[in-house]
Amino acid sequence: MATIDIHPHTSVEHHDEHEHHEHHGNFWTNYIFSEDHKVIAKQFLITGMAWALIGGILSVLFRLQLGFPDANLSWLKPILGGWLTPEGKIDAEFYLALVTMHGTIMVFFVLTAGLSGTFSNFLIPLQVGARDMASGFMNMLSYWFFFLSSVIMFISLFISTGPAAGGWVIYPPLSALPQAISGSGLGMTLWLVAMALFIVSSLLGSINYITTVINMRTTGMSFTKLPLTIWAFFLTAVIGILSFPVLFAAALLLIFDRSFGTSFYLSDIYIGGEALPNQGGSPILFQHLFWFLGHPEVYIVLLPALGITSEIIATNSRKPIFGYKAMVGSMLFIAILSFVVWAHHMFVTGMNPFLGSIFTLLTLIIAVPSAVKIFNYVTTMWKGNIRFTPAMLFSIGLVSFFLTGGITGIFLGNSAIDIQLHDTYFVVAHFHIVMGSASFFGMVAGIYHWFPKMFGRMMNDKLGYLHFWVTFVGVYLVFFPMHYIGIAGFPRRYYSWTNFDTFSGFADLNHLITVAAIVTLAAQFVFLFNFIYSIFRGKLAPANPWESNTLEWTTPRVPQHGNWPGEIPTVYRWPYDYSKPGAKEDYIPQHIPFSETPESNLPSENELIKLESNNGSPIVVEDKKHH
Amino acid sequence: MEKIVDLRIVEEPKRPIAMHPKKFGMWLFLASVAMLFMSLTSAYIVRQAEGNWVYFELPTLFYVTSVVIVVSSITLQLAFSAARKDRLAAVKPLLLVTTVLGLFFLVGQFYGWKQLVANSIYLVGNPSGSFLYVLTGLHALHVVSAVVFLLIVCLAAYRGKITSTNTAQMEMCTTYWHFLGGLWLYLFIFLLLYR
Ligand code: HEM
Ligand SMILES: [Cu+2]
Repeated sequence: MATIDIHPHTSVEHHDEHEHHEHHGNFWTNYIFSEDHKVIAKQFLITGMAWALIGGILSVLFRLQLGFPDANLSWLKPILGGWLTPEGKIDAEFYLALVTMHGTIMVFFVLTAGLSGTFSNFLIPLQVGARDMASGFMNMLSYWFFFLSSVIMFISLFISTGPAAGGWVIYPPLSALPQAISGSGLGMTLWLVAMALFIVSSLLGSINYITTVINMRTTGMSFTKLPLTIWAFFLTAVIGILSFPVLFAAALLLIFDRSFGTSFYLSDIYIGGEALPNQGGSPILFQHLFWFLGHPEVYIVLLPALGITSEIIATNSRKPIFGYKAMVGSMLFIAILSFVVWAHHMFVTGMNPFLGSIFTLLTLIIAVPSAVKIFNYVTTMWKGNIRFTPAMLFSIGLVSFFLTGGITGIFLGNSAIDIQLHDTYFVVAHFHIVMGSASFFGMVAGIYHWFPKMFGRMMNDKLGYLHFWVTFVGVYLVFFPMHYIGIAGFPRRYYSWTNFDTFSGFADLNHLITVAAIVTLAAQFVFLFNFIYSIFRGKLAPANPWESNTLEWTTPRVPQHGNWPGEIPTVYRWPYDYSKPGAKEDYIPQHIPFSETPESNLPSENELIKLESNNGSPIVVEDKKHH
Repeated sequence: MEKIVDLRIVEEPKRPIAMHPKKFGMWLFLASVAMLFMSLTSAYIVRQAEGNWVYFELPTLFYVTSVVIVVSSITLQLAFSAARKDRLAAVKPLLLVTTVLGLFFLVGQFYGWKQLVANSIYLVGNPSGSFLYVLTGLHALHVVSAVVFLLIVCLAAYRGKITSTNTAQMEMCTTYWHFLGGLWLYLFIFLLLYR
């Protein structure tokens, strides 16, 4: 069938500026120092998964100590070596190092670099319709800075004085004084160096993401037609650019205190009866600087997961996302608010109670846009033809965690209640559910959903369901009891409570948590197997396995460098035309013009066609094969 | 089955507005540098409010270097407009003058530090002095990177790579330089007002 397109021609230069040319490089330029965003995304993904595994194993190690404080762990001698006491127990300082490294790895290396690095890199060019990132070179640098940072952090796990042990928040004076804890020696130095490199990597990445989203969109991709994933990655990158330099400042001053003898954070410290020379510093200053990054950071971790979920839930509910503008608006509002609530982590630092009330108020306002998002997820699923793919299940899991964990945030946000709950397992429960598990589920959902585009093959569904149910139930079994333990007053980061009679009543709960944690970790190996097996042996993926609307599914099964072999598709509509009344199929991809779907157009959309063709410009007729 | 040639009117969507991606990236980089200094100066204010703060005199040399960096911004701007108007003969000397002024600034800052030491303000000691060194030192480090950038642009100019149609790199360098000049004035006035 031949068709003739009539374009009201206004410009000729809408065809791609640089003609696509095949890139043939050698192994090194194709897979190692690649500038292709898809390869870089996979590099971030694989590194992130390796880190997740390490972080997970560390957590099971310290859970063993908490759940079974009397167990003999000498069978771990080959791995832990000198970190086991002669009685086969984990060394108390090493316990602190385990907690610290677990937090650092999970927050920064897995859920920041692994999540944003993978999906912002992979999806931004594919979904906005660009051949690659704005600067492929900077993108490559971003990965290699991350890699270098990873190597240094990894090495720090094996040094004789042990890795950093002052908590992932590295509060001074503990982190500033090697005399305080052995982890504050070389381990802390390596931590700071690794984080400085990490910040550089993250900034390079963010600059690229923002530049690409703003400047490299294909014809027709206005901001209101962007998939919510892209909005989320975009806002995440903006938050990153504004907040990571602050962490850099905090770390810089700490480096000066540690290595050059300044007293930014140190004052009036006595060690063994001897006064240190440092005078006039303020440890609270560090907390301000740290949490000015730290709170936005939790949204850097969460927003990409929320964006991924929006996309997956709309696709698999076969319904337009409910309240697109409200979703964008609430993400924007969350991004802004995230910069003015940091002191809710500092309610018990002796701050002025009036200031505490202000921060309580600002913190509680965040619940509003968060609730809007949950409401919209639920209404999107409401009466949809839900397809329960593994990705969809993990997305629903995210919504559940976001709700459960968000509610405890409202408790903690009240400065008066927080005096009781601060630094207990209640906080641990709160942020593991709302940040840890929710973002992790978003990341896993993203992997299941975009695996076909990344590797051209499908993952196994059955194993996906198994993975989901064990992990979902496991997460609740691990973290829900922690609320009770926390309310009972268990402080976090304690090696053991066996000295306190009050706490012995909770021993069963702690057993349960540890067992659940082990089972949950084991379930991740099912995923790992599925992932690796499917890369090589999975069913070949169809071009658009989920019948989704966004542009990445218009590329070939395995897109080459440049993404589209021909012209980049033009975008005519928003990405959520699912189950549109009157339409032939239950989805209409973004690159289908309204003029091809007269049966389902709304009056306003028909209006758009007329308007465009009657704007007085010459009408050019071109003859071309139907696509 | 009838064979039809269907006539369609395809709406022609707009190309989204777009800027030069590298220049845009440069602005984002400047935003993050700005955040770095803003967080440090905020920390300064917070710390100062807590008392136990040793008052200091700023070195007189800082007044001189402030003038130097402003003048260097002017010469670079002149070079840039010359490049845009294809008056290439003027570009090279103006670029060189700017680079030399940049180096002067750095040397001036270093001798400024010497004046501070002479006034018994040290890096190690009361945080007021520490802040002073960290702020000026970090700024100087950025100026070093900008001087390197200037040298790269100079090289491009001598190779004839800068013409009125090819000024993107030079424009980014100019932006960065002006930014650092502005940043210095901000720091200088800030330190004058709060010490
Ligand atoms: C309704 C929204 C939320 C409110 C009101 C809220 C409130 C709070 C408060 C007051 C604390 C401090 C508790 C303490 O240390 O005593 C806290 C801790 C924390 N929150 Fe939330 N939160 C909310 C949502 C989130 C989200 C969405 C995330 C992450 C995606 C998150 C991540 C964290 C983390 C990581 C910590 C603990 C950090 C640490 O001390 O190690 N929160 N939250
Ligand atoms: Cu927070």
